[in-house]
Amino acid sequence: MTDLFAQYPLLTALIALVTLGAVFGAVLGFAAERFKTEGNPIVDQINAILPQTQCGQCGHPGCRPYAEAIANGEAINKCPPGGEAGIQALADLLDVEAIPLDEEHGEESVKKVAYIREPECIGCTKCLQACPVDAILGAAKQMHTIITSECTGCDLCVEPCPVDCIDMVPAEEEGLQSWHWELPDPVARKVEIIATDAPRDEAA
Amino acid sequence: MRKIYGFHGGIHPPENKHQSLRSPIADAGIPPELVIPLSQHIGAPSRAVVAVGDRVLKGQMIAEPSGFVSVPVHAPTSGTIAAVEDRQIAHPSGHAAPCIVIASDGRDQWIEHGGKADYTSLDKAELLERIRNAGIAGMGGAGFPAAVKLSVKPDIKIETLIINGTECEPYITADDVLMRERAGEIIEGTNILRHIVQPHETLIGIEDNKPEALAAMRAAAEGSDIDIVEFPTKYPSGGEKQLIEILTGKQVPSGGLPADVGVICQNVGSAVAIRDAVVDGRPLISRITTVTGEGVAQPQNFEVLLGTSMHYLLDKAGYSAEKNRRLIMGGPMMGFTVPSPDVPIVKTTNCLLAPAESELPTPPPAQACIRCGMCAEACPVTLLPQQMFWFAQGKEFEKLELHNLFDCIECGACSWVCPSNIPLVQYYRASKAEILQLRRDTEKSEHSRIRFEARQERLAKEEAEKEAKRAARKKAAEERAQQAATAGGDEDPIQAAIERAKAKKAAQQAGGGEVSELEKLEKAVATTRKRLETATGKLETAKAEGSDLVEALQTGVDKTKAKLEAAEKALHDYQQANSGEQAKPAAPTDAAQAAIEKAMAARAADASLSPEDKARGQLEKLRQRLEKSRTKLAESRENGDEEKIIEALEATVERLSQKVAEAEKQLQETEGA
Repeated sequence: MTDLFAQYPLLTALIALVTLGAVFGAVLGFAAERFKTEGNPIVDQINAILPQTQCGQCGHPGCRPYAEAIANGEAINKCPPGGEAGIQALADLLDVEAIPLDEEHGEESVKKVAYIREPECIGCTKCLQACPVDAILGAAKQMHTIITSECTGCDLCVEPCPVDCIDMVPAEEEGLQSWHWELPDPVARKVEIIATDAPRDEAA
Repeated sequence: MRKIYGFHGGIHPPENKHQSLRSPIADAGIPPELVIPLSQHIGAPSRAVVAVGDRVLKGQMIAEPSGFVSVPVHAPTSGTIAAVEDRQIAHPSGHAAPCIVIASDGRDQWIEHGGKADYTSLDKAELLERIRNAGIAGMGGAGFPAAVKLSVKPDIKIETLIINGTECEPYITADDVLMRERAGEIIEGTNILRHIVQPHETLIGIEDNKPEALAAMRAAAEGSDIDIVEFPTKYPSGGEKQLIEILTGKQVPSGGLPADVGVICQNVGSAVAIRDAVVDGRPLISRITTVTGEGVAQPQNFEVLLGTSMHYLLDKAGYSAEKNRRLIMGGPMMGFTVPSPDVPIVKTTNCLLAPAESELPTPPPAQACIRCGMCAEACPVTLLPQQMFWFAQGKEFEKLELHNLFDCIECGACSWVCPSNIPLVQYYRASKAEILQLRRDTEKSEHSRIRFEARQERLAKEEAEKEAKRAARKKAAEERAQQAATAGGDEDPIQAAIERAKAKKAAQQAGGGEVSELEKLEKAVATTRKRLETATGKLETAKAEGSDLVEALQTGVDKTKAKLEAAEKALHDYQQANSGEQAKPAAPTDAAQAAIEKAMAARAADASLSPEDKARGQLEKLRQRLEKSRTKLAESRENGDEEKIIEALEATVERLSQKVAEAEKQLQETEGA
């Protein structure tokens, strides 16, 4: 056998390569079947970054459809609730350039929650049907109310209300609970190259 | 001599403790107004249980805890509740928070209270309850409820109980004077803690810059197996985790609690408060606060009622506002500037520092980081402050977490050594807050996603159900149309339905009132009978299950029976009355009416029979029919009728015999029952 291989080196190489190819091919084929991933994993990753307000400002019916659209090459700057931070995270994930938010789809604003002026509510259930996360409690001809902890502030309940009794109010009021230390502002602290220099406005 | 371990880093800032140690603890007295914030501790704010105008006595609970990690609040003196409203509190934000305002009456009248000198007769749960009810929350400065800290899981064995008498921050001497003047009470409190925790060893850690306190504590602990441990002064030895490392050599794991390494740590102030709560039944209504700095003429320690305005206390020490540019609560390292001197003293106020500008100058502007690495050398938690500074600037939160930002104790050692005067701790505090906010947001968005998906699923299911129903209806309609087509040619089914309805209406009108009256009565009988049947069924199941509803059901069945009888009687009377008047003229014209009446009469007769008799009657009838069929069959055979007819008759006979057999069996069963 060894003699035969020594005699026909070309043939030996050929056989060896073909055998290796067949073996690795079989292993890869088996792995592809055995460890098959269900669905598109990148969609889940994109969906995890999107803010899940389900507001539809991007033009898609919910965050997951937009995640699918992004995976298929749509622009990443159509999500106002996600804001610049969201775009940055998407850009990092997809390894593309971060682009400014598309103003066409709305502006980034503070987090809001819906608030129903309850005396004015007529119990029409229209907002219940519009809410993407079932955050409105109520029944036909019964007063409705928002479950604030579940509300994503998507704004979708405001438009269907026939008596216009829903307001969007800032989610967190400026108070003790929401307060936290801010990063030091180098501009406010008047950074000078040499500390002993008098600040400019005093010197002038 | 016990081995003293050390910890990494640390600094030696000027101590400045002597100023406030010249005189003993003074009583600050009763101010005219006390403002008591509802949230003086870490955890859920307490809930006010008093209303404006209520008179409260000293030591009366005025706010109850609103959760496990929460403590009650007590009235520091007697007086009237002037307000329950938002007032500015001692917090770096300067925001207002809910407070109870007491207008003191100066009488300082105690509520009835009593302790238990013999605490060893109380078990652990009872002692913890007393500590919790006394509102004791971390006197060291953080404000963690003492009872929560002491209630470790039963499977965790506590090796070491450490009483923290370290007080490493410059200027503060509250614990120092407490140890000098009330060493006995501290030891008593420590013994209570030992009784609760049952540790192997009890250590009281005191830095060597407090020789008087050490001497006093040693004298008080004489003869007990409490170990007073003296160790070299270094900031921040008073940090819980640092002190544990110094005394035991054990490091508390990242994100863990001291209990994870078998240690519980309490402040000396907490030990005294626990002693007061257990032995005297006195809740936490006052504390010792150091008032110091060049802004006050006589720096000293005060025993002050909680809720006292800082301004009131400062005036007692001879405060001059013009000398002092900013007022700091806590020490110069970890304290914060209070928004105004009018905010109240709370459970965590260990020091009021009123420094002159020369004493604690405004930090010079920050300059660029020169990467000298002094911060990393000073960090007592062995973090990399420099790296974290870069990441905080770049808002790279993931990397900050990887560098264990959350292990930072915010001691300020890094900022203190920084030659570029970078306010490092502020970067870390801000980043921590942002990371926590980000975590909350992610949690919320995950929650929203789940809700959204659940809703989508529900809507899809509802749609599918509707679709299925629609399809079923469509199929049924098609089948009906097909049947109509095969049965009645091309007759329009709708037209047919309309005609049927018309005919029915006409018949009703023709029948007039009499028929409808009769129908009503019949209906009443039928429905009542049905009801009786279901009621009996229910009664039987209830009996079988031994339910306690049997009696109620029995009366129900009886009542229904009575109703049925009444209905039947009414029907019967009506029929008789009608047959008397109308039967004769009606009978020949209306055969159907007669048949109905006959049936009714038969049914009425039936109803009065027992089930056994009924079955017997049924059997009799069937036998008669069988007999009739047999004779018919015999006749047909004799006449030589068509085979088909004979076959049909034979089948009828067979069927009837079967039915007879069945009826016989049923009868037997009824009789047997």
